[in-house]
Amino acid sequence: MKPRLIRDFHFPARPEELAFGVCTDAGVLTTANSGWRVFRPVLDASKCIRCLFCWVYCPDGVIGKEEKDLTIDYDYCKGCGVCAHECPKKAISMVKEGE
Amino acid sequence: MTIDSKFQFSDLSDQELLYGAKTCPGCAATIAVRLALKVLGERTFVCVPACCLAATTNAYPQVSFAVNYVVTAFPATASTIAGMAAAAEMQGLEDVTILGIAGDGGTADIGLQALSGVCERNDNVIYLCYDNEAYMNTGIQRSSSTPWGAWTTTSPAGEGERGKTKYRKNLFDIIAAHRVPYCATASVAYPMDLMEKVAKAKAIKGARFIHVHAPCPTGWGYSSEKTIEYGKLAVESGLWYLAEYENGEMKLNLTPKTFKPAELYLKGQRRFRHMTEQDYKLIEENRDREWDLLKERVKA
Repeated sequence: MKPRLIRDFHFPARPEELAFGVCTDAGVLTTANSGWRVFRPVLDASKCIRCLFCWVYCPDGVIGKEEKDLTIDYDYCKGCGVCAHECPKKAISMVKEGE
Repeated sequence: MTIDSKFQFSDLSDQELLYGAKTCPGCAATIAVRLALKVLGERTFVCVPACCLAATTNAYPQVSFAVNYVVTAFPATASTIAGMAAAAEMQGLEDVTILGIAGDGGTADIGLQALSGVCERNDNVIYLCYDNEAYMNTGIQRSSSTPWGAWTTTSPAGEGERGKTKYRKNLFDIIAAHRVPYCATASVAYPMDLMEKVAKAKAIKGARFIHVHAPCPTGWGYSSEKTIEYGKLAVESGLWYLAEYENGEMKLNLTPKTFKPAELYLKGQRRFRHMTEQDYKLIEENRDREWDLLKERVKA
């Protein structure tokens, strides 16, 4: 279970709408990191042996292991390429965005 | 050279307690914190001083930590967590872990006296230091944890300049000298070892310290996918070590039989680009001296 991006978030328009005091809620995600990416990791599930090295080494924890095949949350993947570099079976390839 | 492990990656929690941080791609500090929080769980109170992590997890109104979390002044991490531990005790909270997370500058330079105080008073806290070997948040300035010969903006390399001219401070020895209940070094490239150490620290009461080696693609100058590769090379070439100090005894978790040449680790990084064969040799000589000392202490 990963925190999700709040897609219908509106930035406070007036000072009265700002959070009051010094505390805010934890785990509130209002902006995505997907725009940082030049290369996008693509998983070939037929080559995957579920060693989970990509899952553990992913700096942002965007790889999910709840389902049968591993999933990638493209909202928060920055395209660093650690998963593809560490995969012992080369099941993850880095594909240029827009192709 | 394998490490005993009781964890399986598949047994670990799917819950992400640090998510969507604005750190650079390939940041090792987030790997360290993410894995540590997986082991410690939701009932953790985190304190972060001014460092990369504080700057990247709070871009208002986004908060990337999903646990209770407070940002404090640079030198005050250890004193803040000491206060949090006292407050938790007063309120009778027994199932919580108080965790301080700081970089190497906030630990070895600026926050050292507060940390020393916490270790001496034996407050019931865990202190995790992610060591990216310079002040990365403010733009790569030299810290006392920067290795010999490394380029930073305040220890330049070029004509007549050879990078940092001093050897790094051994933080593990400093904390172990306080005779704390638990103190360890770890690396993000050895996640099993890191998580076992966090789990061990969680089970112990008192001041606990974990020093995690965290390669930084931006500051060290390598491409972002090689974070884990450089973490492993540092350990395999003997320039970082995995050790534990517990009950007055020191233990090495991993002793490479033969060290890989330091050149392998140093050559690909921009901060060591100015180095010559002679510099590699000097680094290896110093490494061998350090390891002789380490091995003597483990034997005794």
